[in-house]
Amino acid sequence: MTLLGQFSLWVALLIGVFGAVLSFSGKWQDRPDLERTVIRSSYALAAALLVASLSLWKGLFSHDFNIEYVAAYTSRNLPTYYIVSAFWAGQKGSLLFWAVVLACFSAVAQWITSRRYADLLPYVAGVTNIVVVFFVTVMLFAANPFARLAFIPEDGRGLNPQLQNIGMVMHPPMLYLGYISVTIPFAFAIAALLRRRLDSGWIVAIRKWTLVSWVFLSIGIVLGMWWAYVELGWGGYWAWDPVENASFLPWLTMTAFLHSVMIQEKRGMLKRWNLSLIVATFLLSIFGTFITRSGVIASVHSFTQSNVGYFFLGFLLVAGVLSFTMLYTRWDELEPDAKLESMLSREAAFLFNNLALVGIAFSVLWGTLFPILSEAVRGSKITVGPPFFNRVNVPLGLFLLALTGIGPLIAWRKATARNLQRQFVLPVSFGLVVTLALVIDGMRDLYPIMTIGLGAFVLGTVVQEFYRGIRARRRMHGESIPGAFFNLIARNRRRYGGYIVHVGILLMFIAFTGMAFRVDQEATLKPGESIEMRSPYGGTYKLTHLGVSQYNALNRVVSAATVQVDYNGKSLGVMKSEKRQHVDSFGRPTFEPSTEVGIRSDLKEDLYIVYAGSVNGTEEAVYRFTINPLVWWVWFAGMVLVVGGILTMWPGGGGIAETRRTQAGYEATLVGAENA
Amino acid sequence: MKPGHKFLFGAVLIVGSVGLLMFQGVKETGVYFLTPTELASKASADPTFHNVGVKMGARVVPGSVVRDAATQTVDFKVTDGTQVYPVTYRGLVPDTFTDASDIEVVVEGRLGADGVFHATDVLAKCGSRYEATPEAPAA
Repeated sequence: MTLLGQFSLWVALLIGVFGAVLSFSGKWQDRPDLERTVIRSSYALAAALLVASLSLWKGLFSHDFNIEYVAAYTSRNLPTYYIVSAFWAGQKGSLLFWAVVLACFSAVAQWITSRRYADLLPYVAGVTNIVVVFFVTVMLFAANPFARLAFIPEDGRGLNPQLQNIGMVMHPPMLYLGYISVTIPFAFAIAALLRRRLDSGWIVAIRKWTLVSWVFLSIGIVLGMWWAYVELGWGGYWAWDPVENASFLPWLTMTAFLHSVMIQEKRGMLKRWNLSLIVATFLLSIFGTFITRSGVIASVHSFTQSNVGYFFLGFLLVAGVLSFTMLYTRWDELEPDAKLESMLSREAAFLFNNLALVGIAFSVLWGTLFPILSEAVRGSKITVGPPFFNRVNVPLGLFLLALTGIGPLIAWRKATARNLQRQFVLPVSFGLVVTLALVIDGMRDLYPIMTIGLGAFVLGTVVQEFYRGIRARRRMHGESIPGAFFNLIARNRRRYGGYIVHVGILLMFIAFTGMAFRVDQEATLKPGESIEMRSPYGGTYKLTHLGVSQYNALNRVVSAATVQVDYNGKSLGVMKSEKRQHVDSFGRPTFEPSTEVGIRSDLKEDLYIVYAGSVNGTEEAVYRFTINPLVWWVWFAGMVLVVGGILTMWPGGGGIAETRRTQAGYEATLVGAENA
Repeated sequence: MKPGHKFLFGAVLIVGSVGLLMFQGVKETGVYFLTPTELASKASADPTFHNVGVKMGARVVPGSVVRDAATQTVDFKVTDGTQVYPVTYRGLVPDTFTDASDIEVVVEGRLGADGVFHATDVLAKCGSRYEATPEAPAA
């Protein structure tokens, strides 16, 4: 099967190069037959790579350990779903995954994009082909997933135990789908530049795609946080590790793009900025893959160093230089249609939102690359860690949170005193009341107070919007409250989906403040011994070590330590944390032992138990206990965010006609409210 | 003032504060990342370099790990091939930290005047962690 896979990769390379050359030659512009050929090269590329992928999966499922990749990531006793995920668990497989998914995305884009943009599509095919060709080249010349070993191992190494987690089955593909789908908007942007069709048409054509990428990236990031939390055992979910940062960077620039694009749609401003943002997002997503897959920056997550890094670096440089040169040569054609009229306007709020998002992205990029930069400039490596990132990003984040409340409600062009009063008096008062209540309650931590206060303000704006919308619908259509609620969202998906995303963001911000109050304690306990810990809310946990038991499970030997948990004298039951030694089908240990943490989660806080080992083989156990407030809300906020994002992009909720209807609906709402 | 100018003013304010925050952040939270040899040369050139927070990336000397589970202390030696430093750490080490083979570690802490590196954090990175190399069956 590797022969077929190998062969398909070469075929893909040829098709990709052929399609791209034909596309960029421009010869198709008055030859419909050639135009069809270019488009079809996209489909053919997807087909060739699907064949390659199937042959890799065939190798994985048939335990063909002569294939290096199969031997390195699977073993005979690995459960089936982890064999599926082994496809993208390693560097080589994930390169193939990238290539095949991108090829499929670009085929879908060719298939579903409206004929209105037919003159862009051959260039789109050219750009996506080039990117696919890059990945295929890396595979063929530096990291071939079909490489064979000189011998046949009797069993594979198995999958790293820390990757044997349902979050880890889903996290990389989600993140990759996010990274990869960014290529489609990028391809449209480049096509628009090449074709010199620089109206806002390309933006309308790709709006759904950018939302799709954004949703995938968001899911990928939140799953990554969840995986780090349940699997890595250090008690947190975000460490500003280079790999985490790498996934955050394109998310930031894409979020900026999703906002600023509205200004281009409505007012014809920010054309150059939007093109720059989409190019930056594409480059950052390649950069993210590069960081994750090259080991250039020392990270606990990263793979071993390999020459794959040079390919990526070269590609990043070429793609960056070409894209920005093209943008520069079309600079004058991208004159804005309108000018900023007032600082008190939605345009200004969105501009500041963009600056803050890009500012955060820049500081994160800077902090991530700082060890390399400082070594190059000053000769000694200096690293910055979480204190740096928190210091820079918390104030910027709070500024953004405030804008989340202001942006959607402030008037376009120029806000009047009446507009400001109508929209902001209630939410601002609500925010102030909540802030005051916190201070009276005895909270003295500036950032948490500000976060919750601003969060309350934003929540106030969203509730007010929903209230007004529902009231207007009830008045005009006589609907029930739930009916009006659902119709409101269904008829204005972009707007109300956006509000739901904002609620997710503000909940996430508030949940993050919980980490400022975490409590941590290590203890060595004999069976029957216990310690007490005070929760930040004032209650007391009593944790009693019950004992350690050992048993064999599916593909591992487990030592489980159990703890009786009491809260204020009431039993909350027994929790356990495990040390697992994974073994292959011959019972030989594979990998280092791994820890399975015990987590008890409720709306207030998580109790997080790590069993670190026993003292000299006795039942005396070493533990770390952590109380993490509000962690549940991080996951909940993540879900709200994703649901909002999906609502926003759900088919039927977009398009120009829809936008007009939305505006009409909004005006109707205004009239309805005014008459109240 | 025109709105465009006002916006420019706001933009400069934001960009400026981002720059300032970053500059201060690096100055106050940045730590040196050194190899044992670099640490030795810095410490001998400048005696006050002892007790400055640094990160040191090195390999654990195989067989040097001594664990005391009761006090949760781990003592081990690290090296880059030329310079060896004893390290002492109190706390839980990650799962990947073993002395079975020479694993790569990053220790964060300070070099005491006693010549021992007092670590406040130990990160272990195993080269074979996600990129396992299959071994030939034993003959």
